[in-house]
Amino acid sequence: MTDKLVTIRDIKIEGRSDETWNPIINGIDLELERGEVLGLIGESGAGKSTLGLAAMGFCRDGVRISGGSVEFDGIDLLTASASQKRELLGKQIAYVAQSAAASFNPAHKLMDQHTEAPTQHGVSGRADSIADGIELYEKLRLPNPDQIGFRYPHQVSGGQLQRAMTAMAMSCRPDLIIFDEPTTALDVTTQIEVLASIREIVEEYNTAAIYITHDLAVVAQMADRIKVLLKGDEVETADTRTMLSAPTQDYTKSLWAVRSFARPVKAAVSADATPIVSVKGVDAAYGTTKVLHDISFDIHEGRTVAVVGESGSGKSTAARCITGLLPPTKGVIEFDGQALPLDYRKRDKDQLRQAQMIYQMADTALNPRKTIGEIIGRPVQFYGGLTGSKKRARVEELLNEIELEPKQYIDRLPSELSGGQKQRIGIARALAAEPKFIICDEVTSALDQLVAEGILRLLARLQDELGLSYMFITHDLATVKAIADEVVVMKDGVVVEQGEKNEMFQPPHHPYTDLLLSSVPEMDPDWLTNLLKERGVDNIGDAAVGKM
Amino acid sequence: MSWWMWIIAALVVIAVVAYAVRWVGQKATGNTPFFRDMPFGVAYGYVAGVLLLYWIVTTYIGAKLSDDPIVLNKYFFFVVVIEGLIVFAAAAWVFRFLGRLVGTVGTRKLFRSMPLTASFGILTILIYAFAAIFAGWLAPYGQEAILQGVAANIVPGGNPAMGGNPDYPLGTDQLGRDMLSRLIYGAQNTVGIAFATTCLAFFIGGTLGFLAATLGGWLDQLLSRAVDVLMAIPSLIFALLLMTIASVWAPQLGIPLTVFMVIIIAVIDSTRVYRLARAVGLNIVVMDYIEAAKLRGEGLSYLIFKEILPNAYAPLLAEFGLRFCFVFLTIASLSFLGVGIQPPLADWGTMVRDLSQFINFAAFAPSVASAPLLAAGAIALLTVAVNFVVDWMLQKSSGLKE
Repeated sequence: MTDKLVTIRDIKIEGRSDETWNPIINGIDLELERGEVLGLIGESGAGKSTLGLAAMGFCRDGVRISGGSVEFDGIDLLTASASQKRELLGKQIAYVAQSAAASFNPAHKLMDQHTEAPTQHGVSGRADSIADGIELYEKLRLPNPDQIGFRYPHQVSGGQLQRAMTAMAMSCRPDLIIFDEPTTALDVTTQIEVLASIREIVEEYNTAAIYITHDLAVVAQMADRIKVLLKGDEVETADTRTMLSAPTQDYTKSLWAVRSFARPVKAAVSADATPIVSVKGVDAAYGTTKVLHDISFDIHEGRTVAVVGESGSGKSTAARCITGLLPPTKGVIEFDGQALPLDYRKRDKDQLRQAQMIYQMADTALNPRKTIGEIIGRPVQFYGGLTGSKKRARVEELLNEIELEPKQYIDRLPSELSGGQKQRIGIARALAAEPKFIICDEVTSALDQLVAEGILRLLARLQDELGLSYMFITHDLATVKAIADEVVVMKDGVVVEQGEKNEMFQPPHHPYTDLLLSSVPEMDPDWLTNLLKERGVDNIGDAAVGKM
Repeated sequence: MSWWMWIIAALVVIAVVAYAVRWVGQKATGNTPFFRDMPFGVAYGYVAGVLLLYWIVTTYIGAKLSDDPIVLNKYFFFVVVIEGLIVFAAAAWVFRFLGRLVGTVGTRKLFRSMPLTASFGILTILIYAFAAIFAGWLAPYGQEAILQGVAANIVPGGNPAMGGNPDYPLGTDQLGRDMLSRLIYGAQNTVGIAFATTCLAFFIGGTLGFLAATLGGWLDQLLSRAVDVLMAIPSLIFALLLMTIASVWAPQLGIPLTVFMVIIIAVIDSTRVYRLARAVGLNIVVMDYIEAAKLRGEGLSYLIFKEILPNAYAPLLAEFGLRFCFVFLTIASLSFLGVGIQPPLADWGTMVRDLSQFINFAAFAPSVASAPLLAAGAIALLTVAVNFVVDWMLQKSSGLKE
């Protein structure tokens, strides 16, 4: 028997749309040895998930393998019978999905789902597999390993659920695990904990893995070898260190260079200037649950204030307070020195016009039944009173502004645009109101890195040209480094630290800022190892947050 | 052997044959995935299906070739159903084929992806609509005309030997009125009134549902609880009760009873529309584009009609089809019970009731028994057709697949 666990030869995969089969993967080779971790990276639509699933001999609905071969441990998966595959899947090949919350059955306890594969495959009895599950939970450093398996999925946090899913994949000690973006939906401090756990357990049991992600820094920590995909073709494959230090292809180099975008540092504002937006001592609550405690910060003209924090830290709630969707229970919101009515319904048209918002999910932020021209044209008509050809001219002007060809896009529906283009339409809609101040709520976090960089450059250019002020809500510190002038760090509804960007990225920090900064993965493949050595396993992630 | 022994024996035989067929298939085709991965249940289904098809074909041919009146009577409706299915399927196929040839690029594309059931449904609805609109020209006699010198209860089929008359191909009713004319006018009355009622129900239920979803709070509570109360009462009995009251008021106020019926059924059915509109609306109002529109300062009517409604079309349209069937059946039921559309207007529900005693002739004189089934069949056909179209629309719109 050779050392090769998985051998994929010249695989071609097609997807069905409008009654024709379009290629998704055009002939890729892939080899994986026992105990090896292969990183698959690429933008969305590159076919990395499809290739990962094909390694299990599986396709999603409406997708078919049209050529090539997939061999696992000497068995040809494409010609294997259904019962033969049933024997392999779950036992020798396991899969960890992106969203553990959506993949666990909410009606069953974690342990019941954990024991399903080993008992079904006859690997062990129920009692043994429960004992084994507890052992795995302990290895993955889940808190309270004896008890946590007897909870329902909604009773544990996202990071814990992702680790429970990894434990479940491990339950039969498979030869191969496919990780499909397991940390993409997690906060940085949670992500690092999951990464450390996955790496440790994969090493301990000498499991081979295919790790699919679009985050280069993450893949640098996890993989022995990296394969870069672009639109169904392989760009290049190399050892992680070689790939990071000396990529040969232009596309790979451009991926590596994304993080180099940075804006020049602006001069500090004079102390007596009136800020565009001033949040003063704001408290807010959802029902009786208080979520913001005495928040204060200023946003000056032509500057970008990044509000940073994990999910649940109250950064989006602060934005809802400024827009008036959630009237604060205490405190004042001032715009250009004037106090705004707290409820948006009490604000006049001009006050509403001055502050616009760009949303995280362009899919839900644009009405899917309206054309681009209608979406951008509405604020033009509503605020500017333009109609007919004047309105159309203004919409075309705005489309030029966001670098989309007007003739080509004005009559399209949002579903006919890519993610980055949709986000640009969201920006154009905000610009159409001719505001002074724009709230950007995680505008780049749903986008691929190259596309996100394009959006950041666009926002920076618009700020220089139009003198806009941004409140930039994000959890991604790389974005903050790129675009912010000032940083506000939030945790549990409290502003932990705030100041100029350069001060914020220099020590000394508040311990929480320090934790956030150190949790951002870096491109150095030794980064995670070094960090674990430096801080110890108990000083990362939720454990460290809990100590504060 | 008693009959149930036969059934058990047949099941066993089918099981054995199914196993053998799968085994032979595996050997003969060199173990292709189709036979290799075929579960036993599927093989069983194939064999049972083939046997059923064999029974249908032989019975049909036997009934067609036979001269024996007992056999002919026994399989009369069976033959009608088989021939009807073939004719309708052929008509639907031709309709779809024509649709693929003529029309704009958009409609041709629509016809290409259309299943046969949907094209059957659309064709049937078009025929009904045509009959309803042009009833005055199509019908050979008036709907109220009691034909002088013509016998009552002429049997459908137009065969004098069986008690028919070629001048009246579908026969006459108990008062000597032409059945064909009354069926055509019935399309106008029953379908037209049902359509108006459904539109009214959607106007009331849709508007209130979206209002409740957008505004929420006490208005939502008030409307939803009122709807709960209305829905707690069995709808047909409730409608019957209200119609009885209305039939006293109608002559006093000088308003036709039909107007009351439309309003009563519309209000009762609008509760179902309200629930759907509210549920769909609640999913839409949490979208960011609604928030963006609110923050822009848009008014309530813009939010409901320009932002929410376009996104709720698919499920509402599908519900419209289903609701239309229910309204239509309710009207037919009320007419059957004597409080719906009033004579002498032709109405399918009333026609079924008036001729219902002929059903008893089914065993020995099937063509006599088919008289009440004509109107009942017209109701059933439209209901099936609308449901086919609705199913297809549901499948097309990704919004409401589950």
